[in-house]
Amino acid sequence: MSMRIGKNKEKSKHLKFFKKIMSSLLKFSLFFFLLIFNVSNSSSAEKQEKLLKQSWSFDGFFGKFDRASLQRGYQVYTEVCASCHSMNLLSYRNLSEVGGPSFSEEEVKAIASKVEVLDGPNDSGEMFKRPGKPSDKFASPFANEKAARAANGGAYPPDMSVLVKARAGGPDYIYSILMGYTDKPPKDVKLEDGVYYNKYMPGNKIKMSKPLSQDSVKYSDGTPTTEEQLSKDVVTFLTWASEPHLEARKRIGFKTVVYLLILTVLVYLVKKKIWLRVEPKV
Amino acid sequence: MSEKDSNFNQNEIKPVHTNKVGGSPFKGVVGWIDNRLPIIRMFKYEYLDFQVPKNLSYLWSLGGILMICLIFLIVTGLALGMHYKPSSSEAFTSVEKIMRDVNYGWLLRYAHMNFASFFFIAVYIHIFRGLYYGSYKEPRQLMWLIGIVIFFMMMATAFLGYTLPWGQMSYWGATVITNLFSAVPLVGEGIVTWLWGDYAVGDSTLNRFYVLHWLLAFGILGIVIFHVIALHIVGSNNPSGIEPVDTRDTVSFAPFTTSKDLFAMLIFLLAFVLITMYAPNYLGHPDNYIPADPLITPAHIVPEWYFLPFYAILRSIPDKLLGVIAMVSSIAVLGLLPWLDLSKVRSSVFRPVWKQFVFLFVLDFFVLMYVGGMPAEGIYVLISRVGTVYWFLFFLVIAPLVSLTEKPLPMPKSIHEYEDWKKQGKIKTFKIF
Repeated sequence: MSMRIGKNKEKSKHLKFFKKIMSSLLKFSLFFFLLIFNVSNSSSAEKQEKLLKQSWSFDGFFGKFDRASLQRGYQVYTEVCASCHSMNLLSYRNLSEVGGPSFSEEEVKAIASKVEVLDGPNDSGEMFKRPGKPSDKFASPFANEKAARAANGGAYPPDMSVLVKARAGGPDYIYSILMGYTDKPPKDVKLEDGVYYNKYMPGNKIKMSKPLSQDSVKYSDGTPTTEEQLSKDVVTFLTWASEPHLEARKRIGFKTVVYLLILTVLVYLVKKKIWLRVEPKV
Repeated sequence: MSEKDSNFNQNEIKPVHTNKVGGSPFKGVVGWIDNRLPIIRMFKYEYLDFQVPKNLSYLWSLGGILMICLIFLIVTGLALGMHYKPSSSEAFTSVEKIMRDVNYGWLLRYAHMNFASFFFIAVYIHIFRGLYYGSYKEPRQLMWLIGIVIFFMMMATAFLGYTLPWGQMSYWGATVITNLFSAVPLVGEGIVTWLWGDYAVGDSTLNRFYVLHWLLAFGILGIVIFHVIALHIVGSNNPSGIEPVDTRDTVSFAPFTTSKDLFAMLIFLLAFVLITMYAPNYLGHPDNYIPADPLITPAHIVPEWYFLPFYAILRSIPDKLLGVIAMVSSIAVLGLLPWLDLSKVRSSVFRPVWKQFVFLFVLDFFVLMYVGGMPAEGIYVLISRVGTVYWFLFFLVIAPLVSLTEKPLPMPKSIHEYEDWKKQGKIKTFKIF
């Protein structure tokens, strides 16, 4: 406004008119944009239930996994999930690594030795079975995908190694799926054999039967085995499985941010001082 | 060739200077080296004494930031390349192995991933800066053109890099994008097979994409050097768009520009660290953690966020060939801007009408980005068509028309006068600009 060195009133009138049009156009398009955004949001909300948001021990700037919960979650995984879901990317040794469930090395050896591993061929060319070692990968429930599909009515239970990262919503989504089974599906939904109703599954149909319910696993540390607790523990474990270095990442991240903040302030002061030579204070 | 032009006319006796040793401003060992290999004085002239307009805003720090991004990407990429396996059966697990078993592999990979995103954030601001302040005009047209070549190469490199983890989005993204070439009449199918190295996207495709990802990354570095050499010939533009005249208008690169750029870089790095360390997968797509499966198509195939505006332009046209042409020319048309915008005034600060259209163009960019991420149906198709029309109108019609009819505001004669006007409130600019 201030620099209208008003030689040409005619022109500036045109300009004002033009500006008016432009600003109303901008406002209109912004309004239009917001409207569409709202419409699209509400329409998708009709189809998709809002996820059950949980507060997780690994959330936030200083998030760490709850060790006891990780260990319990591993128990839920082995006793329930592992009968259908593989975890190909994990080895037993990971269970004793820093930032994980922190089982002792002896405990891990004991856990690994309980599985039978097909090894070989030996010097005579034969394949042989041996007890598992900490360096072995988690044993798979099925020999291959075909076998898994055959045993699960055509559905393939996904590998759980990076499952939490592979779903929008992450831990909250997995938790919601576990808690999202209803005894009686809505009347207008028809379910074929071996298909179940789940509030949070896209399309509401899932081929996995309700995996967890009250007391489906017995904890030795006295933690109540409610459905919520079991789900929370197993999701914590699965999150660690897909992000085993989460704790290191957050720790290093915090240090880096603090370092950079201090450096940034110092550099800003240096910059100010240097530029005083060009723009002395009035 | 006439005798006069010939360098090889041995009949005429002229002195020759094959030995050019000397001329260094340095003494001692440094001078001895610099006399024989004049890179030290080049560094002094081009990076210490180099005169830049003193009124450069933080928007001029993006060039240096982009250079840092490129170097970081190459360094992290080198380390990742030592552990990655470009085969369709091993790629996914080798990336996960990097994330799990390689020392700080998770950091390298997340940093590489997010630097790619931040590279695009920086380049979009950089391009906006050029657009708003008319940095594409005489004498900087060639720099602008080189910049567009770099942008094309960046897009190709980012696309190739995104296929490497061989997740669902990698695979289906590669399938969709390579299939675009089938729109070329007559030879389209042949080109696609040639690109794939097979009759479908598969092992050989991934292997060559890996090689090309490397090749293009270093290709970018090479072209960036041209971009920078050209910059040091034509000099930096500035918010006033007026060329510097004397030392009242400029400062030396060091320590003024360096200290200012360093501060901007640190702010940029802070944002990068916050995303990389606390939401490393925020800018990615969860489906890419599902191993590639040629039998299952994801519900919505979406490219990375930085491709969305161009993806929206591609989809806005029902015909495949025309869509591809529109997408490519939506970027190529930037290259015509120096000859479409006929106004002698560079900076939008003095162009009240053009300024509005530039802001509308920025809005258009974000609207297209939004609809590019939505399913191509219903109202989104209409919006993307309106957005596409404005995109091309902006360059092909609005730029020449406005530049011919608009009356620019009165301009100061020099940069230091511009600064005085700004202090007196005669010129309205945004603080950070």
